Amino acid sequence: MLDKYFAKKRRDSLIFCAIMISLTLGAIIITEYDVVKGFTSIVKAAEWTSSNFYPDEKAMNRLPDILDSLTETVLVSIAATTVAALFALLFAMLGSSTTGVSGVFSSLSRGVASLFRNIDVAAWSMILLFSFGQNVLTGYFALFFGSFGFLTRAFMEAIDEVSSSSVEALRATGASYFSIIFQSVIPTSVPLLLSWILFMVETNIRHATIVGILTGTGIGFLFSLYYKSLNYSSASLLVIVIVITILLIEYISNYIRRVIL
Amino acid sequence: MATLLEFKNVSKQYSKDTKALSDVNFAVNEGEFVSIIGPSGAGKSTLLRCINRMIEASSGEIIFDGANVTEFKIRELKRLRTRIGMIFQHYNLVNRLSVIENVLHGRLGYKSTLAGVLGIYNEEEKRQAYSILRILGLEDHIYKRCDQLSGGQKQRVGIARALVQDPKMLLCDEPIASLDPNASKIIMDHLRNISSSMGITVLINLHQVDVAIKYSDRIIGVNKGTVVYDGPPEEIKANELRSIYGIEAEELLVNQGANHAG
Ligand SMILES: Nc1ncnc2c1ncn2[C@@H]1O[C@H](COP(=O)(O)OP(=O)(O)OP(=O)(O)O)[C@@H](O)[C@H]1O
Ligand SMILES: [Mg+2]
Repeated sequence: MLDKYFAKKRRDSLIFCAIMISLTLGAIIITEYDVVKGFTSIVKAAEWTSSNFYPDEKAMNRLPDILDSLTETVLVSIAATTVAALFALLFAMLGSSTTGVSGVFSSLSRGVASLFRNIDVAAWSMILLFSFGQNVLTGYFALFFGSFGFLTRAFMEAIDEVSSSSVEALRATGASYFSIIFQSVIPTSVPLLLSWILFMVETNIRHATIVGILTGTGIGFLFSLYYKSLNYSSASLLVIVIVITILLIEYISNYIRRVIL
Repeated sequence: MATLLEFKNVSKQYSKDTKALSDVNFAVNEGEFVSIIGPSGAGKSTLLRCINRMIEASSGEIIFDGANVTEFKIRELKRLRTRIGMIFQHYNLVNRLSVIENVLHGRLGYKSTLAGVLGIYNEEEKRQAYSILRILGLEDHIYKRCDQLSGGQKQRVGIARALVQDPKMLLCDEPIASLDPNASKIIMDHLRNISSSMGITVLINLHQVDVAIKYSDRIIGVNKGTVVYDGPPEEIKANELRSIYGIEAEELLVNQGANHAG
């Protein structure tokens, strides 16, 4: 019995490996991908990067422009995240099994959240391009919808995880629904919720670049502009500025997390 | 003595094949200290929660203080819950709030939604909370956050939160299951003391037979959702334990005998 169990496990792993290998080989053959060439071209790419892709003096003159659109991007990300967080909190309260009022609301809000979450921000950008055109609003809404879906799900789990026991206790005292929310759910889950919001702000600033390229706004627009006009040195400065910003934001949010948790 | 609580043919069916309670009948007098014992999954927690309708019984009547609680509408249900305090195995406190805030939560059932949302309590309520905390020996920890307390202290906060409700009855679901013997004794002594000095009826789920025998006025034994024993603690012998816990209960009695001798 025990022998058979382990034999079966071994066989399963072997079959799994065989499938993975044949999938990889199949993909390489179908796409005519040359493995050797693929890896040797990395060296060439690195050579090109080091000889072209660095900021020079002329690029430095564009720094104010870059910082301007960077500020716009960061602000749009923060605005999209915070507003999304408010809506997400409402939906999460309705959808959570601890605080939800009825099964219908719960499945409705879970459904909406999962629909929004499963459409990537890049897809949202393109969908919204049709209705808003190349506009800051397009980027804003793309980030908003993506964050809303993700945060609803995260908030729902956070609320269920940390507050179900104290909610039970307060229900047993006869407290009203809103007293329970404000005296128990919010105090217990606030640190976790804030932590998720900070995470979302970080993610959105990363996404903002891609969304900007797609919707022609903010820092992403500037990048595609420099890149298409072969102004590689300015483009490289912009990349450096983005990286520094992301690191900075991450540092700040880690600091806030440490303080509140 | 007046009957405070009565179960009449109460059953609870969670789903087609899990019947947690079947045809439960018993009564509890005012001021009595009653323990419910029985193996895991016997339906003890379900039974307790049917009383304040945290779980809805499927059929039967539960009479509390002369009224059938299974028929209560939302307003009456809230009033019922203010008169019944509940104590949990895992304390169920809001850990990030202070001791006094957690205790005052026991008053929320008496408040308007607005006062509850804003957490507005009057002088009288605060004074009452303080004096209860003093009785329970927590006066030095009033402003501490609950996550800084030991298990035994947290459970005393749980008791204080229930007492500040001014309840007629306490429902305790395994209040000492997560505590060491010392802390357990302190908690059980407090509960017994509350029952005798304040006249509050106590209904308590326990896993420790020796503790149940030592503290209770009466013991109700539950097995597979039915009451198999209802009588005084002194009459619990090997036979009774066997019918409550199944065949391997002898060891429990040996322990209990040792405790009585010691
Ligand atoms: N929410 C629920 N949904 C479905 N079945 C449940 C639910 N809660 C309890 N049960 C089932 O009802 C039965 C009684 O459970 P209950 O929690 O009342 O037992 P208990 O005596 O308190 O056990 P323990 O001593 O382990 O706490 C068990 O078979 C359990 O699986
Ligand atoms: Mg239980």
